[in-house]
Amino acid sequence: MITMKNITKSYEMGTQVVHALKGVDLHIDKGEFVAIMGPSGSGKSTLMNVIGCLDVPTSGSYMLNGTDVSTLHDDDQARIRNKEIGFVFQQFNLLPRTSALKQVALPLMYAGVSRSERNQRARQALEKVGLGDRVDHRPDELSGGQQQRVAIARALAGEPAIILADEPTGALDTQTGNEILTLFQEFNRQGITIVMITHDPEVAEKAQRTIWLRDGLVVEN
Amino acid sequence: MNLTESFLTALDSINANKLRSVLTMLGVIIGVAAVIALLAIGNGFSASITEDITSLGTNLISISTDRDNSNGYEALSLDDVAALANPLNAPAVAEVAASVQGNRLVTFGGQSTQTSVAGVTANYLTINNLDSFQLGDGLTQTDLDTKARVAVLGAVIASDLFGDTFPIGQSVKINGVSYEVIGVMVESGGGIGGNTDDNVYIPLTTAQARLYTDRTRTGQKAVSSISAQAASSESVEEAVTQITETLRRQHNLGVGDEDDFFIFDQSTLLETAGTVTAALTAFLGAIAGISLVVGGIGIMNIMLVSVTERTREIGVRKAIGALKRDILAQFLLESLVLSLLGGVIGIVLGWAVAVVAGNLLEVNTVIDPATVALSAGFAAAVGLIFGIYPAWRAASLRPIEALRYE
Repeated sequence: MITMKNITKSYEMGTQVVHALKGVDLHIDKGEFVAIMGPSGSGKSTLMNVIGCLDVPTSGSYMLNGTDVSTLHDDDQARIRNKEIGFVFQQFNLLPRTSALKQVALPLMYAGVSRSERNQRARQALEKVGLGDRVDHRPDELSGGQQQRVAIARALAGEPAIILADEPTGALDTQTGNEILTLFQEFNRQGITIVMITHDPEVAEKAQRTIWLRDGLVVEN
Repeated sequence: MNLTESFLTALDSINANKLRSVLTMLGVIIGVAAVIALLAIGNGFSASITEDITSLGTNLISISTDRDNSNGYEALSLDDVAALANPLNAPAVAEVAASVQGNRLVTFGGQSTQTSVAGVTANYLTINNLDSFQLGDGLTQTDLDTKARVAVLGAVIASDLFGDTFPIGQSVKINGVSYEVIGVMVESGGGIGGNTDDNVYIPLTTAQARLYTDRTRTGQKAVSSISAQAASSESVEEAVTQITETLRRQHNLGVGDEDDFFIFDQSTLLETAGTVTAALTAFLGAIAGISLVVGGIGIMNIMLVSVTERTREIGVRKAIGALKRDILAQFLLESLVLSLLGGVIGIVLGWAVAVVAGNLLEVNTVIDPATVALSAGFAAAVGLIFGIYPAWRAASLRPIEALRYE
């Protein structure tokens, strides 16, 4: 599903060059639930951006679901994100003043799915996360946990190859966070590949495998 | 994503931010409404001024004394009228009338009022388009020949003096002398030629004998003004030349002497009025145009603020697969819809303001379809031009940075 070979990423910050990733090798199989851990400054976020096709690596190769995505640009990246990746963010990142149904249907709209079909699929996705009775609610009418469920439904709706979650429980209390993680485990059992980035060992325990990152390199796999 | 979806997304976004949308539209609404209303009022004034002037008759020429050049005497007399009426002197002049005017006390029963009393020739009212009567009739040549003590009243003074009394056949006193009322004119409402509703008209000969006994330098009974009608509106200029020559000869003016009379014709008045109203319309249009540009800049401001405020939203949309052109289309359509909607509301509002202002100012406001098309087009252009930059900025945001934006 994901194969990375010798991925590097460097930024120029003023006059300094920052080497955020220094040659990452990574392999994640279809159906895995993987946690990526590491202290801040370890290159976690950069790795997540590269995995999520939000950024291209400076060098190395990255095969996602059989496609080489290491050299794509803007619009092609956007198409890959739309088709292959479902994002779940720490801050939920829902659109303000927009109903749950419309949020979840959004990736399908950008994929060109017809209105009636995408509403139906969005409704199904919301039912899967237990929000079948909240389809018309807007983010400010939902609790944090419910908002994150909407975000997960949005990530699921496009039937992506992987779900990429960045600190998905970081903004939630422990109990709600555990409910979200249980939801991930359920979807994983149904065969969905999940990659989760976290700095919390307790959260990482819920995954089947943990990849440790330090100073831009994978140190434990 | 196709254009329909982009359009619906734009509508959703407008609907989700009602206050911001209304504020954005306000500039365009006010701008377009100002264009429509101001130009309608300007056109209305132009039309009513032109109509006032032409209702006086475009081939009418007025002649009056220029006191600066007549040693303080009245310069015009009935001899001048006769000379101008002679086709040998002024073939381009079709008809000549004269009047002698002043203010006198007019009394009926207990009512009295100081008002303009004019002695006029029989054809005066006809030439000046004042020959519509609600009661009775005008003056005749017989009245003039016999120096009859008869009077024709303007509509307002008639109702002031008589109230419910039927005026025809009654006697009014002018300067203590009785005159029989033989006619009441329809209300003219006044206009550029002055208000005639308060005027009293009596035969010129009677007035010269009893009220206005001024003489010219050569001792003739004077008239205050002469109205000459040119044979056609094309021959006005020719008539003015002939009148000037005839009067100079009549008054024995030498080569170096100034005219001791003024000549005034409607075509110069029309030209002047046309220049003035065109300037007025241009001025109002410029003000309105400025407010449209200000409205456009308002749209750009709010759209730019909106891009900043919605950076995260743009980031999310891009993260889940929005292409650059999807974001571009959404923001551009948003500002286009806002300015077109503002344009339509502005047209309706401007039309309403024009109607209300027209009633208040007693002007028939004229809403020109070209103005409507122009301002609607301008609104759309404002949306496009001032929407492009914010839309381009939104579309160019990098998703990682946009997502990280707080």
